[in-house]
Amino acid sequence: MIKLVWLIPLLPLIGFLITGLFGKKLSKGLVGTVACGAILGAFAVSLGIFIELNGSAQKSFTLDLFPWISAGKLSVPFSFLVDPLSSLFLLIITGIGFLIHVYSTAYMSHDEGFSRFFAYLNLFVFFMLLLVLGSNYLIMFVGWEGVGLCSYLLIGFWFKNTAYNNAAKKAFIMNRIGDLGFILGIILIFVTFGSIAYGDVFAMAKSFASDNTVITTITLLLFVGAIGKSAQLPLYTWLPDAMAGPTPVSALIHAATMVTAGIYMIARSNILFTLSPLTMEVVAVIGACTLLFAASIGLAQNDIKKVLAYSTVSQLGYMFLALGVGAYTGAVFHVMTHAFFKALLFLGAGSVIHAMSNEQDIRFMGGLKKHLPVTHITFLLGTLAIVGFPGFSGFFSKDEILAHAFEHNKLLWFIGICGAAMTTFYMFRLYFLTFKGEFRGTKDQLHHLHESPKPMTLPLVLLAVLSVAGGLVGIPEVLGGTHFLDEYLKPVFEDSSFRIIHHMSHETEYLLMGIAVAVMAASIYYAYKVYVKNNTLPTDETEELKPLHKLVYKKYWVDELYDIAITQPLNFISSGLHKVVDNQIVDGIVNSVGIAVNWTSSKVRLVQTGNIGVYIFIMVISVVVILFARMI
Amino acid sequence: MNAIEVIPLNWYLLLSTVLFTIGVLGVLFRRNAIIIFMSVELMLNAINLLLVAFSSYLSDSKGQVFVFFIMAVAAAEVAVGLAILMMVYRNTKSSDINVLNKLKW
Repeated sequence: MIKLVWLIPLLPLIGFLITGLFGKKLSKGLVGTVACGAILGAFAVSLGIFIELNGSAQKSFTLDLFPWISAGKLSVPFSFLVDPLSSLFLLIITGIGFLIHVYSTAYMSHDEGFSRFFAYLNLFVFFMLLLVLGSNYLIMFVGWEGVGLCSYLLIGFWFKNTAYNNAAKKAFIMNRIGDLGFILGIILIFVTFGSIAYGDVFAMAKSFASDNTVITTITLLLFVGAIGKSAQLPLYTWLPDAMAGPTPVSALIHAATMVTAGIYMIARSNILFTLSPLTMEVVAVIGACTLLFAASIGLAQNDIKKVLAYSTVSQLGYMFLALGVGAYTGAVFHVMTHAFFKALLFLGAGSVIHAMSNEQDIRFMGGLKKHLPVTHITFLLGTLAIVGFPGFSGFFSKDEILAHAFEHNKLLWFIGICGAAMTTFYMFRLYFLTFKGEFRGTKDQLHHLHESPKPMTLPLVLLAVLSVAGGLVGIPEVLGGTHFLDEYLKPVFEDSSFRIIHHMSHETEYLLMGIAVAVMAASIYYAYKVYVKNNTLPTDETEELKPLHKLVYKKYWVDELYDIAITQPLNFISSGLHKVVDNQIVDGIVNSVGIAVNWTSSKVRLVQTGNIGVYIFIMVISVVVILFARMI
Repeated sequence: MNAIEVIPLNWYLLLSTVLFTIGVLGVLFRRNAIIIFMSVELMLNAINLLLVAFSSYLSDSKGQVFVFFIMAVAAAEVAVGLAILMMVYRNTKSSDINVLNKLKW
């Protein structure tokens, strides 16, 4: 089965070609079948590889497909790496991707760009698989850029809307800033190690001393790439805006897969990062700041997708916190559980938006519980999973991250707990305002309220099951379980494991869990009191908000700050350059060349008298002169 | 000793130079297109004469072959040139080349 790994990215690529080239001629049913079938096939192969790898003694396979780039010292084969980490990501991408494809066949059924949508989705999955499967940094970079491109295409999917196009451009440009760091990192890796294949680089890196300046620079540059792709401070602002795309896109790209590319990259390069304690601190601090910052913005948003978007940024912060404190398994574990419940929540939100005739403002929802029973139950399960309700998947992964953070630094742990409290509050605020209470929309919307069709509810149910049970692969040892995931990923992370010293007593672990659960329960109760018992509604746009509330509601004015600090000066400089350098200097040079030619020729053309005798005379004289010149 | 070599080579050179100069001067100073045309032919034949003379003195027949080429090209040139002259005359009722100055600046 491992020999067949090339099929995994190839199938979505074929799907993309079919739906992209012939989509207009095929029926919608056929396009949907081809697109879903391609992903299902890839999932089947991934599953086979996962099972085979689990039973095999050798844990890392490199499959050379063909030589790709060969220039001077640089030789890059096009080869895939199959190991526990990549096989796990393959399962997440193709599994969640398949469910979202199925969901999209119903969600997008009335859209005229149906086949275009599926072509983009398939292309996205192809690039994501390439990113994960590549056995060197260059293939990862190709996938990395490819998912950025697909993200741009899908955010701006409804390209007739200028705001959506601007959101797409914003995402692309923010990503580019990060990509610059990433490619510089790759170049530095090549300069330092003379190779960009994971195997060579990591083997050589082991001989470097800890805290080496070059390694620190490399890892910091790579981390800049991760900041851009995984929406961390200060480059996170593209992700909430990326909600302009269709909801399945938000679920697939901006929650389950693409934004986790940064996590994957750091987890893959764990040896390099472990060698640089400074970078690790930076990663942890940025992660902690992001998780708190984004969670606080989520508290006051009224758009159902915006809340989930900030929650994604915040959860990504948890993953970076985990990476920063050296809990690589914890980060990958949270990537997995987050993929389950965040895809579920986004698809649930999509189902709500679908039922509400494209209304996204939670102030005009409410009481949807009895109209959308399946969506309600699954959304509730997803909410419980993300807040870390005991027994749900989010509980185990978040607990693992918080435990490691506590061992590393108490302050980081405290920030994590604060973030968890906020997460619980805004998620339950969202849940209560959407599903409980009285319906607050228009009569028209009430009339149209309906549960979504089967292709939409089925993925919801499956994802709900995964969200509930997904945590069982990583039950901590203190609760008497076995951490299967830890065992499975051990070969990938064993060289960096010296950083994680597990010296926590069971009492402390119980205490930490207790605190987390208590904080969560208090938050749920508080949200319940505010939004169900007192039936408070978020204030209207027109009303004046309290300063602190306004600060959060306006997202700390970060967008405005970037606008003033970067966009406007840039526009100012550009328009200055345009007016002076381009209009005056460049145009001046070009125009004066033209004027000079015109003037010269107006003089020179006088030679052409029109008198043939003169021409012939000049010709004869010239011939004579040339002949004499030759003779001499 | 063949007929050509009865006369020394220098005389041929002198004759063809004179003929060529007459041709050049004719082209330079006459205004009638037909006369210019004839002068051009004179120049070509001056060259032909020279080629034949050299060919004979050097016992190399290539020069004479070349003369035939020049004659053929000259004949073609005459055919085209005279046709142009006919058209010019029909349009301008004149064969004076100074009438043809429409493309002047």
